[in-house]
Amino acid sequence: MKPFDYTAPASLDEATRAGARPATRFIAGGTTLVDLMKLEVETPEHLIDLNPLGDGDPSLGTVSELPNGGLRIGALARMSDVAWTANVKERYPVLSRALLLAASGQIRNMASMAGNLLQRTRCPYFRDTATPCNKREPGSGCSAMQGFNRSHAILGTSEHCIATHPSDPAVALVALGASVRVRGPGAQPSAERTIPIASLHVLPATRPERETVLNPGEVITSIEIPPLPFARRSLYLKVRDRASYAFALASAAVALDLANGTIRDARVALGGVATKPWRSTAAERALIGKRATPATFRAAAEAALRGAVAHRDNAFKVELAKRTLVRALTQVSA
Amino acid sequence: MRMTTPPTDPPRRDAEGYRVPEFGSESHWDPSWAECVRLYNEVAEALSASPPPAVDDQSSDWSRRQFVATVVAAALAIALTRRVARAEPAALPRPATTSGSAAAVKLRVNGRELSLDLEPRVTLLDALREYAGITGPKKGCDHGQCGACTVHVNGRRILSCLTFAVMQQGKEITTIEGLAASAGASGDALHPMQQAFIDHDGFQCGYCTSGQIMSATAVVREPWGPADDDVREAMSGNICRCGAYPGIVAAIQAVRKASAADQGGRR
Repeated sequence: MKPFDYTAPASLDEATRAGARPATRFIAGGTTLVDLMKLEVETPEHLIDLNPLGDGDPSLGTVSELPNGGLRIGALARMSDVAWTANVKERYPVLSRALLLAASGQIRNMASMAGNLLQRTRCPYFRDTATPCNKREPGSGCSAMQGFNRSHAILGTSEHCIATHPSDPAVALVALGASVRVRGPGAQPSAERTIPIASLHVLPATRPERETVLNPGEVITSIEIPPLPFARRSLYLKVRDRASYAFALASAAVALDLANGTIRDARVALGGVATKPWRSTAAERALIGKRATPATFRAAAEAALRGAVAHRDNAFKVELAKRTLVRALTQVSA
Repeated sequence: MRMTTPPTDPPRRDAEGYRVPEFGSESHWDPSWAECVRLYNEVAEALSASPPPAVDDQSSDWSRRQFVATVVAAALAIALTRRVARAEPAALPRPATTSGSAAAVKLRVNGRELSLDLEPRVTLLDALREYAGITGPKKGCDHGQCGACTVHVNGRRILSCLTFAVMQQGKEITTIEGLAASAGASGDALHPMQQAFIDHDGFQCGYCTSGQIMSATAVVREPWGPADDDVREAMSGNICRCGAYPGIVAAIQAVRKASAADQGGRR
């Protein structure tokens, strides 16, 4: 691992200013960053530890009510704590489930909610500094395109990158229409802004190295979930190579507003198959106003995967994602 | 062929200017190593000075004699090292610090305050094992995939390989060495989970076991369901290559049932 200097800032102001320097990374849980630093995929010269900020401002690490009836999740809240928070379990079971199906017990105790959103891809070529990768080394080429691409994305890809966004909770949050509050360097309040999670991540297009719209020094301070009463009927279904502790091959976050067998409103997002947390408004449109039947669910799945681009080893994901979504919708409407 | 002593000053740097870790510097430098080097060189010189035996191919003979010299010197060195090791059984090698940015890091481990001179890039796992001599947490994969390095920080199970020691100051760190005491046991008494792993054959080779037990003791405090499948899910971050999983599940369930019965009895 390359040497770096370590800073424990005393305030958010100090953190954002220090974080705006080149070759700087923020660290919270560290479960992605420390791993990638060992691989020398990440080689920061300065590391800013955000954890001490939680001592001064406990709201950075806790779940609280929003005046509008939604929930605010502090950026430093740990995945396991959020998953087991009663409000989250009752009002947004899709999020609780997505959190508990992610990673392992130890990692969920360490990983922060904001860090989970910003984790890097698990593409093996991205993680291997001996191979070309446009995301790690812009312009060097994509090894996955002609390589072993079984785990790679089929939605939102470009000819420069087909790396999958690995997060489970982000898929649930994008289905719920959640946003992040962001704080940047500079004077308040101009330094603060709100970004819907659907717009936080960007598609790889011609610049796979740019993964989010965050600017240097900007820190996520909280995640805000809007009130969504029908999300009490929501779930997260994750399909993977083994029963636990594996990344999704395909996953679905769904919420249905059902009245007498008719779908009044719906939320659908897919994981494990796309280059960013993938909300499918096309699938939602295919559901809204229809009867909750297998045919309706299948039509929604067809709509969700329209435009999918498969490569040599991941063509199976097209049908797998459809069936995952159909099963999720079947279970949530049961 | 002469062996030289390791360089001490100035520090070696790689092509990018980073200081190359030196096994032999400062705290690692042991006078017995100098003695080994001297012995090696004496033997090598004595052998190369002696007349070559009558064989056809002199060039191969020279390398053969060098080989003999190496073997003899290595044997001497090993013997000497063993003698030193026997003389100081408690002395643990302390890795050299490799950059000026090393600073005192204060950790509270198993109720003891430790002050270690660490670079920021030293993980908690390496700090415990290599600097503090606390070798209960094991280095399996070093990438957060196996769970062998599991320790408790403020009572929660975490992976010590995926965090920097400098980030864990001011927290209560518990390793397998301090587990029983943290639960109130005294002397050599085992933690109930340790005893359960023995009773239920929860291990074979033992490499993953400290991580399994640290994880298991935290799992019983987490809000999991009562089924064996809940235990399997809760413990999926701890890999056992021997496949002792049935025993591990049985051990954890035994502890959970015993503690539920205890609570029932008190009610």
